[in-house]
Amino acid sequence: MIEKFDPVLLSRIQFAFTISFHIIFPAFTIGLASWLAVLEWRWLKTGNTVYEDVYRMWVKIFAVTFGMGVVSGVVMSFQFGTNWSVFSDRAGNVLGPLLGYEVLTAFFLEASFLGVMLFGWNRVSPKMHFAATVIVALGTLISAFWILSANSWMQTPQGYRVGTEGLLYPTDWIKIIFNPSFPYRFLHMVTASYLTTAFVVGGIGAYYLLRNRHVKHARVMLGMAMIMAIFVAPIQAGMGDLHGLNTLKHQPAKVAAMEGIWDTEHGAALKLFGWPDQEEEKTKYAIEIPKLSSLILTHDLNGEVKGLKEWPKDERPPVAWVFWSFRAMVGIGVLMIITGVTAAILFLRKQLFTKRWFQLWCMAMTPSGFVAVLAGWFVTEIGRQPYIVYGVMRTAETVSPVMGSQVALSLLAFIFSYVFVFGAGSYYILRLIGKGPGVLEKAYGTHGVKEPPILTDLTSETGGKHV
Amino acid sequence: MFSLESFVDLPLIWYGLIATAIFLYVLLDGFDLGVGILFPFAPSDSCRNRMMNSIAPFWDGNETWLVLGGGGLFAAFPLAYAILMPALYMPVILMLLGLIFRGVAFEFRFKATGKSRKFWEYSFHFGSLAATFMQGMVLGAFVQGVKVQGRSFAGGAFDWLNAYSVMVGMALVFGYALLGATWLIIKTDGITQDWARKCAGYVLGYVGIFLGLVSLSMPMMNTDVKALWFSLPNIFYLLPIPVSTFVMFVMIWRGLHKGKEYLPFFLSIGVFLTGYLGLGISLWPWLVPFNVSFRQAAAAPESQSFLLVGTAVMLPLVLGYVAYSYYVFRGKTSDEALY
Repeated sequence: MIEKFDPVLLSRIQFAFTISFHIIFPAFTIGLASWLAVLEWRWLKTGNTVYEDVYRMWVKIFAVTFGMGVVSGVVMSFQFGTNWSVFSDRAGNVLGPLLGYEVLTAFFLEASFLGVMLFGWNRVSPKMHFAATVIVALGTLISAFWILSANSWMQTPQGYRVGTEGLLYPTDWIKIIFNPSFPYRFLHMVTASYLTTAFVVGGIGAYYLLRNRHVKHARVMLGMAMIMAIFVAPIQAGMGDLHGLNTLKHQPAKVAAMEGIWDTEHGAALKLFGWPDQEEEKTKYAIEIPKLSSLILTHDLNGEVKGLKEWPKDERPPVAWVFWSFRAMVGIGVLMIITGVTAAILFLRKQLFTKRWFQLWCMAMTPSGFVAVLAGWFVTEIGRQPYIVYGVMRTAETVSPVMGSQVALSLLAFIFSYVFVFGAGSYYILRLIGKGPGVLEKAYGTHGVKEPPILTDLTSETGGKHV
Repeated sequence: MFSLESFVDLPLIWYGLIATAIFLYVLLDGFDLGVGILFPFAPSDSCRNRMMNSIAPFWDGNETWLVLGGGGLFAAFPLAYAILMPALYMPVILMLLGLIFRGVAFEFRFKATGKSRKFWEYSFHFGSLAATFMQGMVLGAFVQGVKVQGRSFAGGAFDWLNAYSVMVGMALVFGYALLGATWLIIKTDGITQDWARKCAGYVLGYVGIFLGLVSLSMPMMNTDVKALWFSLPNIFYLLPIPVSTFVMFVMIWRGLHKGKEYLPFFLSIGVFLTGYLGLGISLWPWLVPFNVSFRQAAAAPESQSFLLVGTAVMLPLVLGYVAYSYYVFRGKTSDEALY
C-alpha cells in the first residue's frame, strides 16, 4: 500500500503546486508595488487626490496579496530541504548563497518598509512614506533578481565544477549569477509581472466604468493600464522571442517540445495546434504554417530545427505539457497586444473610456496575466525535465529520503489549506474591489496609530465577549 | 576564485551567524507568536484589536529571520540542512501550515465580519499555537540526535515524535506566551495591560517549571552532556548560567508586581538567552546532533566567503532599518483599524 506512493512524483507535484500558487502573488505584487510608487509620485507631484484614493484602495489589495506571498514563500524556502535534500546537499554550495543574498538584500527591505507603507501614514512625512513605497517596489525587483538568477542557473549552469560524491563547487560567481539565460528570464518575468498587474488594474477600471462608478478613478486605472498594454505588450513579445532563441541555444530539447517537432527538419513548419504523442513520437492532427518555425527560430526559411528524436527517450521532457502551455502563453500575449492596439485606436477616436464592448473585453482579460505567467513557467520548468540542474543532475535522483505516504499527506494538507486560505484571500480582495476607491471614509484611512502615547476609550475595552 | 579561508575561521563565523539569526527569530517571532497564543483569552474584542495592531507592522519582518535561519543554513551548512529537513519533515510542514493560517489572519481579520471574523481569530490563535508547538518539537527532536547514514537522514518518519519532544513543545508555548505577554505590557495600557501583566505572572511559573525539566533531562539523557556540566572545574564556569537565569526569574516576578513596563520583556529575553546558551554549550560542536559537526557540514569556503562579504555589508543595514521600523511604531498601540 505504502509502496504505491512514489516520493519523486509526489514531491514534484507538491513543489509544482506550492510554487504555482506562490508565483501568482509575486507576479502581482512586483507590478503593483511599482505602480503604487508611480501613483504616489503623481499624487505628491500634482496634489490630485484621485491618485491618492486609487493608491489607498490598491495598497490594501497589495497588503492582502503581499501577506499571502510571504506565507506561501516561507514554505518554499524549506521545501528544498524537506523534499529535495539530495539536491540541497549537492547544489547548496552554488545556490545557497544566491538565496542567502535574496533574504539579506530583498526580504528584510520589503518586510521592514512594508510596515511603514501600510501603517505609517501619520508617523512619517509624506516624502518618507513615498520613499517607503519606492523601497518596497525596489525590494520586489531585487528579490526577483536573485531568485531568477538561481532558477536560471539551474537551467543554464556555468561557473561550477563537479567534486566528489556529485557535489558542485562554485568557480566563478559572476558566471553563476549572470548565467546565459538569466538576463532574458529576468526581463521577461518582470515585464510579465507588470503586464499581469496592468490587466488586473485595467479590468477593474473597466468594471467601474461599465457600472458608472468612481468614473474619475476608473479612468486613471484603465488609462494607465492601457499605456502598458499599448507599449509594453509588444516589447514583451520581442523579449519572449529573444528568450526563445536563447533557449534554442542552450536547451534545444525544450524548444523542440514547445514546437512539437520530432524529426530534425530543414524548413520546419510552425504547428499552430496539434496533439503531441510521446509514445508514437509524433504530433497528431497538426495544423501547420510551412517554414514558419524555421523562420522564427533561425531567421532563415530553410534553417535546421532539431527534433526530439535527437535525444534518447529518457532525456525528453513531457511534450504535451510544454507544447500546450507554450500556446496558452503566446495566445494570451497576442490577445494583450490586440488589446493595446484596440485601446490606441479607441483613444485616438476619444472613445477609450466609453465603449461598452471594450470595457467588457478588458474585464474578461483581468486574469489573463496570471494564466500567461503560469503557462510560461510550465513551459520552462517542465521543458527542462528530466533534469533539476540541466544536464548535470536528474530530478529523480535528488529527492529526499522520505516516505511517499508522508509526502502524500503533506501534499493533501497543502492543497486543502491553500485552496481554502487563498480562496478566502481572493474573496476579500474582491470585496475591496466591490467597495471601490474613495468611499473608504477618511477616518479609516488616516488615523491608525497616532503619535504615542494615545489614550483610547477605556470603557470600550470592557464588556466584550471571549472569542 | 577568492576565499577568506586563510584569514578567518569561516565555519565558526557562520556557526555564530546562523545561531544568532535563529536566536533573533526566536525572540522576535516569539513575542508575536506569543501574542497569538494568548489571543483568545483577552478580556474583550478591542483588547484583541490592540494586541493584533501591536504586532501587525512587525510580524512580516520577524518571520523573515526564520527564512534567514533556513536559507542561511542551506547556504552555509547545506549538509545539515539536507539531513535535518527530511528528518523533521512532518513538524516542519505543520509549522509552515500554522504560520500560513496565522499570517493571513492579520489582513483577513480586519476585513471579515461576523462569523468569519471569529474564524480568522481562531485561525490566528491555533496557527500561532501549532507553529510554536512544532518549533518546540523540532528542538526536542534535534537535541535527542538524528540518525545519519552517509550524507542522508537514515531514521524513520516518526523519530521526532516522543514524550520528550512533546514536553519541549509545551515549554516553548509557555516561553513564547511569556514574551508575548511582556511585549503587550510595553505596547498597551489600561485593561489590556492589566490582563497582560496577570498573564505574564501565571505563564512565568510554567516557564520556570518547564525550563527546569528540560534543563535537567538533557544531562540525564546524554552522558556526554552530563559530564560536561557536572564535572570539575566546568561546573564552576557554567554555574553563572543557571544562577543568572534564577535571578532573572525573580526580577521578572518583582518587576511585574511593581508595575514595570520594559523590565519584564527584556529580562524574558535574558531568560531565553541563557537557555539558548546552555543549549549551545550542551550541543557543541554538533550541527546535526550527535553525528555531524558544524565543520563537517560547512559549505565550500568559496561559498561561505561569498555570502560572508554580503552579510558583512547587509546585516548592519538590515539591523538598522529593522530598528528604524520599531522606532517608527514606538509607543502604545490603539485598538482601531490601522490603515
